[in-house]
Formats: sequence, C-alpha cells, structure tokens
Amino acid sequence: MDMEFSPEDLAFQQEVRDFIAENYPAELRGKQDEGEELSKEDFLVWHKILHKKGWIAPAWPVEYGGTGWTPTQRFIWSEETARADCIRLMPFGLAMVGPVIYTFGTPEQKAHFLPRILSGEDWWCQGYSEPGSGSDLASLRTAAVPDGDDYIVNGQKTWTTLAQHADWGFFLVRTDKDAKQQEGISFLLIDMKSPGITVRPIITLGGEHEVNEVWLEDVRVPQSQRVYEENKGWTCAKFLLAHERTGIAGVAASKRGIEKVKAIARTELDGDKPLLANAFFKRKVADLEVDLAALEFTELRSLAGPNANRGPGPESSLLKIKGSEIQQRLTELTLEAVGHYGAPYFRGFGEGDNEHPIGPDYAHRAAPTYFNTRKTTIYGGSNEIQRNIIAKMVLGL
Amino acid sequence: MDFTYTETQDMIRDTLARFLGDTYDFETRQKFINSDSGRDPAIWTALAQELGMLGAPFAEEHGGLGGGALENAIVMEELGKVIGIEPYLPTVVIAGGALKAVGGAQADAFIPEIIAGNAIIAFAYAEPQGRYDLANLRTTAKKDGAGYVLNGHKGVVYAAPWATHLLVTARTGGNQRDRDGVSLFLIDANLPGIVRRDYPTVDGNRASEIYFENVAIPADALLGGEGAGLPLIEQVVDEATVAVCAEATGVMQKLHEGTLEYTQQRKQFGVPIAKFQVLQHRMVDMFMEVEQARSMTIMGTLKLGLPANERMAAVSAAKAKVARGANFVGQNAIQTHGGIGITQELAIGHYFKRSTMIESQFGSADHHMDRYERIALAD
Ligand SMILES: Cc1cc2nc3c(=O)[nH]c(=O)nc-3n(C[C@H](O)[C@H](O)[C@H](O)COP(=O)(O)OP(=O)(O)OC[C@H]3O[C@@H](n4cnc5c(N)ncnc54)[C@H](O)[C@@H]3O)c2cc1C
Ligand SMILES: Cc1cc2nc3c(=O)[nH]c(=O)nc-3n(C[C@H](O)[C@H](O)[C@H](O)COP(=O)(O)OP(=O)(O)OC[C@H]3O[C@@H](n4cnc5c(N)ncnc54)[C@H](O)[C@@H]3O)c2cc1C
Repeated sequence: MDMEFSPEDLAFQQEVRDFIAENYPAELRGKQDEGEELSKEDFLVWHKILHKKGWIAPAWPVEYGGTGWTPTQRFIWSEETARADCIRLMPFGLAMVGPVIYTFGTPEQKAHFLPRILSGEDWWCQGYSEPGSGSDLASLRTAAVPDGDDYIVNGQKTWTTLAQHADWGFFLVRTDKDAKQQEGISFLLIDMKSPGITVRPIITLGGEHEVNEVWLEDVRVPQSQRVYEENKGWTCAKFLLAHERTGIAGVAASKRGIEKVKAIARTELDGDKPLLANAFFKRKVADLEVDLAALEFTELRSLAGPNANRGPGPESSLLKIKGSEIQQRLTELTLEAVGHYGAPYFRGFGEGDNEHPIGPDYAHRAAPTYFNTRKTTIYGGSNEIQRNIIAKMVLGL
Repeated sequence: MDFTYTETQDMIRDTLARFLGDTYDFETRQKFINSDSGRDPAIWTALAQELGMLGAPFAEEHGGLGGGALENAIVMEELGKVIGIEPYLPTVVIAGGALKAVGGAQADAFIPEIIAGNAIIAFAYAEPQGRYDLANLRTTAKKDGAGYVLNGHKGVVYAAPWATHLLVTARTGGNQRDRDGVSLFLIDANLPGIVRRDYPTVDGNRASEIYFENVAIPADALLGGEGAGLPLIEQVVDEATVAVCAEATGVMQKLHEGTLEYTQQRKQFGVPIAKFQVLQHRMVDMFMEVEQARSMTIMGTLKLGLPANERMAAVSAAKAKVARGANFVGQNAIQTHGGIGITQELAIGHYFKRSTMIESQFGSADHHMDRYERIALAD
C-alpha cells in the first residue's frame, strides 16, 4: 500500500495541467468561480474540446471510447480539472445512460447512441422521478403499452434536470401493471422532440430554472429504443443509481470549494483581522478539511482497494451521504463568510454601477447557492434512503 | 413570577393574527413582493390606522397602546408567521426605541408620526468592512456651522427604498473602531447628496446601498449626546435582536407545522412518510427547537431592562440559541419535504429563506456566543 504517484503518474499530471492551461476556453474562466449559471453552450464548448482530445469519457471501457486510464490517472484527472476550476460535465449521458447502454444495450443502440454522447451531439435527461414516486421510485406509474413495433407512453415525470436542453431522455416506465413493482418496469430511450412531450419549468429556491416537469401524452416510442429486456428495466436503473452516487461524492470539487471559502475569509474583515483569523471560523474550515480528508481516503480505498474492480456497491451510499453534507457545509460557510452581503438578491440588481457596487462579487450568489445546494441531500436517492440502504445492505439489518 | 400574557397583549396578538390571516396569505404576499415597489402600502396604513398596531410599544400620551418590548415581540412573531415584510422592526422597534430612550421634543415630534403610519424609518448602521461590530464605522458626520456634513457608505439597509427617514450611525470623532465618537442621527431620507441603489433581498424584502455624499444635516437630527451614542445604539440593537428572535419563533413554528402537515399527507412506500421513525424524531427535534426559541425570546425580552452587561449576555444567549435553532429547523423542513421543498412554489422554501437570513441578522451565532463568553465567562 502506498499513496505516491509513480514517475509515469507525475508525467501524466503534467500533461493534464499543460493541456488544461492551453485548451480551457478563456470565456469560461471565472464563470464557475463566480457561481454563474451556465448555458447549454458553456457546457458544450468544454465537452467538445475534451471529445476532440479523446478525454471525454475516462470511465468508459476503451472499446467504447474510454481513455484506458488507471484509477490513479482518473483520480489525477478529476483533481486537476477541479483545481483548474473547469466546469463540470453533464452526467446524464456520460456517467448515466452511456454506461447503461454499453452494459445492457443492443449493438445497434451502442453504435448509434454512444458516439453521439461522446461528441456532445445529444444532450440527455433522466426521467425517473414522478410526482407520486420519489424515494419510492419503484411505484412509478408512467405506462408504456405495446402497439405494433412501438410503445405508447403516458404519464408524468418531474424534477427532470435540464430537460429544457435535452435531445433525448432515458425513462423508467411501467410495462406490466400486474407484476411485482420492480418486475414490471422497462428502460426506454425517448426522443424529447417526440410529439406528445411537454416540458414545463420548475423554479427552485435560488431562482434557477434547473428542473422541469415532463408530461408524456400518447408518445410513440419504437420498441427498438428499449434497453435490455422488457420488464427488466429495474436492473438498469439500479446499476445506474450506484454510478450516480459515486460521482456525487465530489471530493475534488469540494477541495476547490474550500480554497474558495478560504480566499473569501482572507478578504473579509473581522475587526482589524481577516475573518480566517477568527478562531471560530477557522475551526469550521479545519473541520471541513478533516471531514473531506476522511471522505477522500474512503473514496480512494474503494477506487484502488481490493474490491476496486467490482464496481460501485452499496458502500457508495457512504460517499453520497458524506460528500453531499460537505457540499452543503461549504455553501453554508460561504454564506456565513460574506456577512451582510448574503442578503442582496443578484437577480434583482439593476445595471452595473462600479462607483456604487452592491457588495463583493463573490457574495452575489452565496445565498442562492446555499439554498440550491439543499438539493444534494435530496436527489440521487435522499440521504435518509442512503442510510436505509447501508442499514440493510451493509449492516444486514 | 408570571409567564402569562395580559388581556391587552392577547388582544394585540388576536387582532393582528386575524388581520394578517385576511390580508397576508402566501399568494398575496408573493404578488406584492414581486411588484415594482415590493410592498402593498395599504397594509402599513391599515396596521397603523385600523389596528393601531404601530403604537403597540409606545406610551399612551403619544397615542400608543402603552406597551413595550413584549408587545413588540408579539407583533414580530405574528409577522414571522406570515413572513411579513412590513418595516415594523426598523421603524417601530429600532427608531421608535431610540426615540423612546431619548425622549423630549424629538420623541414628541416623531412618535406620533410613526404611530399614524406616516413615517417609515430605515436603520442605516452596517458598513461593508464592519461585519457585526456596531462601532466599526467609516461614515463620518463632521460639524459644519450649526449642523453636520455626512459622508460614507451603508450596506444592505433593509426597507430603505420605502423610507421617509433614515436612522444613521456615524462618527463624529475617534478612530474607525473606537467606542467613543459614535453618534446617532435621524434624518430625512431624501436629503440632497443621498445616493441609493435599491434591490430585492433573497428573503423577499427590499434594501439599499446608501452613499452619503456631503449630505448637510441639521443639528437637531442628532439623537442623544454627540460622540456618546454607542450605548444607546447597543441598547436599541439588543431590543431589535430579541424582536428578531420573536420573528424567528413565528417563522420556525410555521416551518415545523408545515413539515408536520406535509409528512402526514405525503405517501411513499404506501404510508404517510410521517410514519418513518427517523422523520418523527427529526420533527420532535424541530419542535424542541421552536419551543426553546420561544423560551429564549421571552428570556431575552424580559432581561432588556437589566444593566448593560446582563442585558447583553441575555440577548446574545437568546440570539445564539435562536440562530442555531433556525438553522436546524429551516434545513430540516426542506430536507423532510424532499424535492418539493426546494421550489419557489411552496411557501415552505420562502420561510426557509427568511429563517436563513435571520440567523445572521444583528450577528451570527458565533458572534453572539463570542459576546456571551466575553461577558458571562469573564474572570
Ligand atoms: C434539484 C433536483 C434535481 C433532480 N433531478 C432529477 C432528475 O434529473 N431525474 C429524476 O428522475 N429525478 C430527479 N430528482 C428527483 C430526486 O431523485 C427526488 O427528489 C428524490 O428521490 C426524493 O424524492 P421526493 O422529492 O419525492 O421526496 P420524498 O420521497 O417524498 O421524500 C420526502 C422525505 O421523506 C424521506 N423519506 C422517504 N422515504 C423514507 C423512508 N423509507 N425512510 C425514511 N425517510 C424517508 C425522504 O428522505 C425525504 O426527506 C431531482 C431532485 C432535485 C431536488
Ligand atoms: C442508571 C439507570 C437507572 C434506572 N433506574 C430505574 C428505576 O429506578 N426503575 C426502573 O423501573 N427502571 C430503571 N432503569 C431501567 C430503564 O428504565 C431502562 O433501562 C430503560 O427503560 C431502557 O430499557 P432497556 O435498558 O431494556 O433497553 P432497551 O429497551 O432494550 O433499549 C435499548 C436501546 O433501544 C432503543 N429503543 C428501544 N425501543 C425503541 C423504539 N421503539 N424506538 C427506538 N428506539 C428504541 C432504546 O432507546 C435504547 O437505546 C434504570 C436504568 C438505568 C440505566
């Protein structure tokens, strides 16, 4: 056991740093820093640069377009992109439906969809949750009824992240009403431009348009767009949920987040000293660093330990719980750091007036981000559900 | 010892609750906070003229109801229950409190105007560099003939866009963080040289950055002694701090009730989610925080009249406890609602936003624990 990078790893690290320095788009720089909301184009610019380089899907098997990197190289990659504050890539294609398709899809599905995910040509959204089926996902009611070579789909999905940008969605639908809940579900890929689909915005607490309701009314979907067997969609869903949970730990991004909080606390004054010199505040930052180290080494053990090849299991719930709590504490500390200037609502600012600024730039999104980040303990399976999973699957209760 | 309310106090609460129940439902509130002016002035007028509510803490000879801090707490708690944005805190509690404390001609002139609903007074005290330190001031008021000339920048002044007057803290002497040399002025909000940048706040209020650029103010704008204003300001801010604790109690009660109600309706896995013991215990913890917030508000309010050090320790104890309780109750109300909790559609999220801003209003939990320690644990 050791935690040193080999000379090859160090060379790789340098290569990554150089690549980012030379290729990360200037117009995106700082956008993440100020916590601006990013447009679809913002996401795609960086996506396409990485695709061109062949680095868009480090986690995928090489045969489907992966990089063939070792776990250490992938670790370096996520560290370096977070350190440089590169915008995050949308997970719905790359981290979710992509792996489902290469694991369970037909040769035709693989040939058609995987290259388009890699290139960024298709933007994907995740149609799982319904108004009546959140934590109890398996109770979902959106129904697909066979009709010749197609299904006719009816129902309503909700909380669908960035569906307003989506070209395609992967949906869980009920194909057998009489079977046991989990055994009557199928996994469908649906063109979001299909007639009968309506996407309606839901505005979240920080004022963002990030999630949507998706209504499906007599939507015709070719059966060739079902992944895996009919009524076996739950297998795909569970596989994907575990994948979703590891990504959620967000260690590298939280490291960067701590650096940002420290930078703010070095600027903000508390009496005649920087806020970071305040013992209470400093202790909270230190607490976060310690907890983040614990999360990081727990993740590293699962990535590079004896069970590394087994794929994410129920212990990924631990990463999700601790990772999401840390993300929330970071936003809370940021809000605390900016003091009075957490209150102004940035969407309400009039035209810029440099002579009469409304607080420092880093304060403008502190409160909305804090509000918005309450989501991390709710989505991807709430933290209560994750604890239930650990209790049942890990502790055997 | 008696912890019951008087008949008049019960009447104030009931009258106000009934009025707000009729006029201040969530949809109506959303409509006026999103309007250009961000408020419905008719409500303020009605509070003054129909209910006489703006006279709650003032003496009868000024036309008030003869109450004090407890009456303020009652009003603030009811406003908290509807996440009200009425500028009762700066106008009645803070400016009214300062005027009551100084008395004399200034009180005689202004208090009736407050009670009648004619004056809205914003409290311009915070500065970008000052955090929660009331004495950390760069704003200066320089003697100039009979009056003063005001220069400086006040940040995040709640209710300033609506204000007829401003209550301003400024230095008439001393260095930036000295206790001496601080003065308090009550001035017309529209004097030449006052530049305002107005904006909405995340909790549905309106506020401004205020820049004073060589503003000439008259000598009689000074409240209390020149350069000796800090004790008065501290006292008034302590009164405001417990009033905010009272508001928090109302907000937290609604967050808790809303959560109880929602979990009994919302079904997952075939049962109301209120059946899950982990959520039950959480709601019990929330309930205990609400009860303790109420207790600490009363404790702080009753101790406002004690000598400064005891008063400050009590108020800081109250605010620290309430801030942490508000944090816990707010976060868990959202968590227990699941996805629906983080949307703008439900009232619960808006209560959460207000409870969040209350946490740091007049000082965060850390700030108040620090002040508490300095006083209560001093050797
Ligand atoms: C910002 C955001 C983005 C999202 N994006 C997507 C997306 O792209 N696609 C998608 O399909 N879904 C998405 N979701 C939905 C998300 O997965 C659900 O919100 C989540 O599963 C919780 O479901 P719910 O909101 O219905 O809450 P509920 O299931 O109603 O839960 C309410 C509360 O009850 C608790 N609870 C429920 N059951 C139990 C139990 N058995 N024991 C103890 N406690 C319990 C929960 O933990 C929670 O605290 C998103 C949600 C959010 C907030
Ligand atoms: C110092 C001491 C003095 C005592 N004095 C007296 C006395 O004078 N007279 C007397 O009659 N008894 C006395 N007791 C006994 C005491 O009442 C019991 O210990 C107590 O009721 C718990 O019972 P138990 O120890 O069997 O634990 P259990 O009931 O077995 O509980 C074990 C754990 O499970 C938890 N638990 C149990 N049921 C639930 C549930 N439904 N939901 C969630 N969690 C649950 C408990 O909270 C506890 O953490 C005393 C105990 C102690 C430690």
